[in-house]
Amino acid sequence: MQNTDNPLPIAIAQLSKSFGAQTVLEGIDLTISRGQTVSLIGRSGTGKSVLLRLLVGLDQPDSGSIRIDGEEITALDMDQLNKIRQKLGFLFQQSALYDSLTLAENVEFPLKRQRKLSPPERKQKVQQLLASVGLERDLDKFPSEISGGMKKRAGLARALALDPAIVFFDEPTSGLDPITAAEIGQLITELGKKRSMTSVVATHDMHSVRCFSDRAVLLDRGKVLIDGSFDDLQKSKDPFVVQFLNDAT
Amino acid sequence: MHLGFSLCIVLIATLSVLPGDTGRSGGAGILVVTSWILSVVEWFGQFGIFGKRVLKATFSAPFEGREFLRQLDNIGSQSLPLVALAGAAIGVVLGLQTRDSLTRFGAKSLLPSVIIYSLIKEMGPIVTGLIVSGRVGAGIGAELGSMKVTEQIDAMVVSGVNPYKFLASTRILACIVALPLLTLVADAAGVLMGWLASTLAEPISLRLFLNAGLNGVAFSDLLPPTLKTCIFGLIIGAVSSYQGMQSHGGTAGVGRSATSAVVLSSLFLILADVFMVRLIIVFFN
Repeated sequence: MQNTDNPLPIAIAQLSKSFGAQTVLEGIDLTISRGQTVSLIGRSGTGKSVLLRLLVGLDQPDSGSIRIDGEEITALDMDQLNKIRQKLGFLFQQSALYDSLTLAENVEFPLKRQRKLSPPERKQKVQQLLASVGLERDLDKFPSEISGGMKKRAGLARALALDPAIVFFDEPTSGLDPITAAEIGQLITELGKKRSMTSVVATHDMHSVRCFSDRAVLLDRGKVLIDGSFDDLQKSKDPFVVQFLNDAT
Repeated sequence: MHLGFSLCIVLIATLSVLPGDTGRSGGAGILVVTSWILSVVEWFGQFGIFGKRVLKATFSAPFEGREFLRQLDNIGSQSLPLVALAGAAIGVVLGLQTRDSLTRFGAKSLLPSVIIYSLIKEMGPIVTGLIVSGRVGAGIGAELGSMKVTEQIDAMVVSGVNPYKFLASTRILACIVALPLLTLVADAAGVLMGWLASTLAEPISLRLFLNAGLNGVAFSDLLPPTLKTCIFGLIIGAVSSYQGMQSHGGTAGVGRSATSAVVLSSLFLILADVFMVRLIIVFFN
């Protein structure tokens, strides 16, 4: 039972989603406590990214409940969802930076529309955000002029622009070399701790899961196969878990 | 009858750009036709939902004034050279072709009137519409399609920004405002080049050409055909934005969106032209 004064940031019950005949998620139950970093792991196509999209209202579930800070979001209209989304940040797999805008303008985009800041205040905030991800010298560069790692950093700065309480990361280290991937993982953890954020990370990167996650949730065939710490995963005797860990590490 | 014929053409063209299973043969033909008809009905249904969302977004604050101006510049001023060139070419062709025909019937003195009437009443608006449909429709379809497949539109939604307002509404409004202005440019370029073509064959001063051509032309001859291009703008902006925002399937999907944006907006534009010419004749003649 949830405490109504201090509701869980994320509570999912019996969540199901299909695309045509293909069932992607089937009766998912999951709760995440404030300040936790939870990794969603599993084979490709097991519904990790779909789950993240459902959590921010980009897709609608077929059935089940999603509560963000105690508020049911599955029945909200776009305006109501937009109010909830101001508490959320999302780092997309391919960063999804706006091609026609510079990095500074990308980070400024949500601030300009969702926060009543004067232009100098906004500029200062943008500089702070880009400095926090190490891009203070690249404010005027366009996404096409920077590397994949820098795009992830810029995407992270944009995801944090509205000071979200909950941030979702979709494959934050995919396509990056091991050193850059570790840097991004470290950055996510540091910023998460500094800002007391709740983080949900969909990833294949077991190094990040081991180092930075409080919990790991292994999805298989649309269901939660195991939910626990990385040690719990390693202790599991389930043949799929054993094989997954062996292949992933 | 004309309207029915145009509707048939648009239906066939719509079928040709909508996804359907063409791999079946023989007895499965009925299934293919049924599937295509369902695709068309689905397209119109989805387009209606899109239109409702855009309409709601357009009339709710805050207004994206800066983005609207940026789109107006992109759609309007950047299309200007192409539209002026097309208008000029039409003017020259009209000047050369009608001279020959009118001379045969002993009505050469009507040449300036024929050029000016043809341009302002039909050629200017429809050519501008089709040129903008090609240039801007493809641009909007490809740009929004690319934003859709690279999750940029999703990023906008997650930021709490309504993409129907920021992306679709601004482009549609810019098309509505730009089309009549571009049409006037096409008309002017056409008249000027029509005079040039005429004067090369048989010297006539511009002033005399205009006096002869505009003799008997009323404001009501210019205004309705020019303003009907607002509807062309609405069609180009709405169809192209919809096709772009519905894009899926990676870069191939972006290509399909750009192509279908041009094909559908051009065809709906021609259909709307038939309909509006009839309306203008009924109400203004």
